[in-house]
Amino acid sequence: MSRIRPSVTSSPLTSPSLTSPSTTHRPRITWPLAVPATAGALFLLIPLAALLLRAPWRHLPGILTGTGALGALRLSLLCATAATLCSLALGVPLAWVLARTDHPATTVLRALVTLPLVLPPVVGGVALLLALGRTGLVGRHLATWFGVSLPFTTAAVVVAETFVAMPFLVITVEGALRSADRDLEEAAATLGSGPFATFRRVTLPLAAPGLLAGGVLAWARALGEFGATITFAGNFPDVTRTMPLTVYLALESDPDAAVALSLVLLATSVAVLALLRGTWMAPGTGR
Amino acid sequence: MTDPGTTLEIRTDIRRGTFHLDVDLTATPGQVIAVLGPNGAGKTTLLRIIAGLQPTGTGHVRVGGQPWDDPAHGVFLPPDRRLVGLVFQNYRLFPHLDVLDNVAFPLRARGTRRHTARTAAAGWLDRLALTDLARRRPATLSGGQSQRVALARALAADPLVLLLDEPTAALDAHTRTQIRAELRHHLSSFPGPALVVTHDPLEALLLADRILVLEGGHLVQDGAPAQVSRRPATDYVARLMGLNLYSGTLTDPTTGRVDLDPAGVLFAAGYDPHDDEPHPAPPAGTRVRVAVPPSAISLHTAEPGPGSARNVWTGTVTGLELLTDRVRVAVQGPPDALVDVTPAAVAALHLAPGLPVWLSAKATEIATYPADHDPPLK
Repeated sequence: MSRIRPSVTSSPLTSPSLTSPSTTHRPRITWPLAVPATAGALFLLIPLAALLLRAPWRHLPGILTGTGALGALRLSLLCATAATLCSLALGVPLAWVLARTDHPATTVLRALVTLPLVLPPVVGGVALLLALGRTGLVGRHLATWFGVSLPFTTAAVVVAETFVAMPFLVITVEGALRSADRDLEEAAATLGSGPFATFRRVTLPLAAPGLLAGGVLAWARALGEFGATITFAGNFPDVTRTMPLTVYLALESDPDAAVALSLVLLATSVAVLALLRGTWMAPGTGR
Repeated sequence: MTDPGTTLEIRTDIRRGTFHLDVDLTATPGQVIAVLGPNGAGKTTLLRIIAGLQPTGTGHVRVGGQPWDDPAHGVFLPPDRRLVGLVFQNYRLFPHLDVLDNVAFPLRARGTRRHTARTAAAGWLDRLALTDLARRRPATLSGGQSQRVALARALAADPLVLLLDEPTAALDAHTRTQIRAELRHHLSSFPGPALVVTHDPLEALLLADRILVLEGGHLVQDGAPAQVSRRPATDYVARLMGLNLYSGTLTDPTTGRVDLDPAGVLFAAGYDPHDDEPHPAPPAGTRVRVAVPPSAISLHTAEPGPGSARNVWTGTVTGLELLTDRVRVAVQGPPDALVDVTPAAVAALHLAPGLPVWLSAKATEIATYPADHDPPLK
């Protein structure tokens, strides 16, 4: 007991806080925690391993170039990117308002705009239909005034994905803007910089890591969007049938294709994670 | 240099809980004013009001007759529309821009094209000997370098008024001396009024041609450095300037007898209200201040012979402190006094806390002056 070092002990009575008060040493691993931790890790990793092991590696090029997979991938990337740009254009100013105002209404607004984070996407899709559908609250006027009908178009995919993904960007960017140094904004003002110029030249560059993290997060969320998309935009090849929809359909008819397409989405996610690692850790620092 | 266009007038009266700032000040073009005061006196608040970072409570801020802040008439120019250069105590350089772009920032903010702004900024870097650092990021600069960049950036904005908040407080002793010399040069060539906030009397004496003393939100003294240093108005200023300061009542104008608060008597030879020609003494009963330099007082272990000095009193040594080449002896009176003696005298007189001593001071080394602000000294 005199030597404190990382080790696996068989005694369930020794918890890290009792045996090693010093925080400079790693705590001992104890069974009541180690067993569920291992199970949890396996639970998350085995499905991914299954995907990799069962992937039809030999037929992969063929599958991906046929059966509309490339078209779906192209549509997915296009829509997710467009949704991210929409989220940036609308979400960054929204995040700025949330970060810089101290009104009680701000708290309510923050709760409401982040609701889509926890809302089942299918519900989001239904809500979008009621708002922007042909007979919806706003959609009715879009149809009569501009002759525009949104549902079941590629634009509808972008709208659905923006609805689901933008809250991720808003909360990430709001955090970054909050931690951005207000003193520097004051300094900019004394140097003749107006509020918008200060936002553009000082606040945004300082919040750039958070902006990147929020953008990547929103993009990843948009890329995987299923529920809101199929509800609001439907499922039409080359128009609204994105990768997740294609995977789901392929599972019925061509399981190999489903696995191959899933693999592509997995590879994309891993790439996103790698991109995030550098910036996610320290949002709001001006490097 | 006497362009009336840039006179700064500020009148402010702010109360926030226990904080109170009540200042009425006119700064003329080319004047360098040190605002001296202890922490929490409202010095930085004064600068922030001038810069527009917070509104004046009641009163106004005017520059060249133009209102910048005048709540009575609903005028408030935001900071970005005031032509003011503010050098913050912690510099506040933009970490994502290099030195050149930091200095070019105020020009870019006003819509100058990037190339033109950089050329102008390079000129400022040259003037402040910063050219070698042009491509460095603020995080890699030393304190003195950051201070120079902050000053260059403020000057590049071509301000009407220059404000410096504790410009050398964050620097080490050696750099401080050097930066002060540079600041003196740049402040003296600045055409508009300049305010330097500091709690360091030496800095105020070196940089300014006018010193304002701010205590508890009130202006307690406003004068030339020579006057403030020799005729301190309050205990705080007297301590900063290393003087014994007493308040009292002139009881006999012919002998110069002053009865001190709360006890003790001093005879002063002269009365000079404004540090120039000797004036006729005011009538008996006038409230006055008496300033006595520690070097003008002598210590004795036996009663000094008659005729040597008009002021002789007894006291007890309470403490000794070694200054570089002298020893400052604290003596309990009344009146209490700080006395400077040589280390040799300490040895010869066996000075130690508790020792009873006689103090003497020549009346000719003591001057009284009117108590302009007369809350009794502590």
